Amino acid sequence: MSQETSRKKFLYINRKAPYGTIYALESLEVILIGAAFEQDVSLAFIDDGVFQLMNGQDTSGIGMKNFSKTYKALGDYEVRKLYVERESLAERGLAVEDLMPIAYEDENEDYAEKPSIHVVDRSEMTRIISDQDVILSF
Amino acid sequence: MRFGIVVNEGPYTHQASDTAYQFAKAVLAKGHEIFRVFFYHDGVNNGTRFTVPPQDDRNLQRLWTELGQAHKLDLVVCIAAAQRRGILDANEAKRQGKDGDNIAPGFRISGLGQLIEAGIQSDRLVVFGD
Repeated sequence: MSQETSRKKFLYINRKAPYGTIYALESLEVILIGAAFEQDVSLAFIDDGVFQLMNGQDTSGIGMKNFSKTYKALGDYEVRKLYVERESLAERGLAVEDLMPIAYEDENEDYAEKPSIHVVDRSEMTRIISDQDVILSF
Repeated sequence: MRFGIVVNEGPYTHQASDTAYQFAKAVLAKGHEIFRVFFYHDGVNNGTRFTVPPQDDRNLQRLWTELGQAHKLDLVVCIAAAQRRGILDANEAKRQGKDGDNIAPGFRISGLGQLIEAGIQSDRLVVFGD
């Protein structure tokens, strides 16, 4: 099987808050390992999953490792498509300004920094999900 | 058709492992192939042979082991998730200086790459979880 035919569209759906359960952290571990397989990777953040991208996370009071910086490094792993559902943000009183800035360097445009986060509405998220080959939901 | 199955919850608290097991049985009964069953998150707890459920209840670990042996299934427990939760095979127990191992027959411990590979190699990857 050639590299081209084995390239699939992977979507990781993140639905849970970053702390409180281990799903967000272990999802991130799959994404980082999966990056080595050179697939077409997208991330979706819906429901409480939008909290994973909140700016200024501080876990000093709860004894948990703050892994939020890892999201900013995703561009270095060729993970460049982070879709955040607009309705999930709004339902929680959040706006895109509340999220941490995440960017990647576009090697086709002299390594210009481009935003990785795309806020999409629910119907667009539906289209993105139905367009995938492999969906891992956390 | 070739299926990959992911089990993300442990036995008994959630029904995910039961449903995944019933799905796997149905897939095989229909003549399809299972490329791999991958146990992640608390799902790794399906792979300890030390569970002792009441005798009038199902023994999920034993069901998976028996199904795996009958159909030569590849039952893979994620190593990173397993280490957090105390699921060890003999090699890992020795490497980590622990006084025993608890992996169930028919299961093996390996890395997350096995999950990605299951996604690539399967026609359908079906995730069971919360």
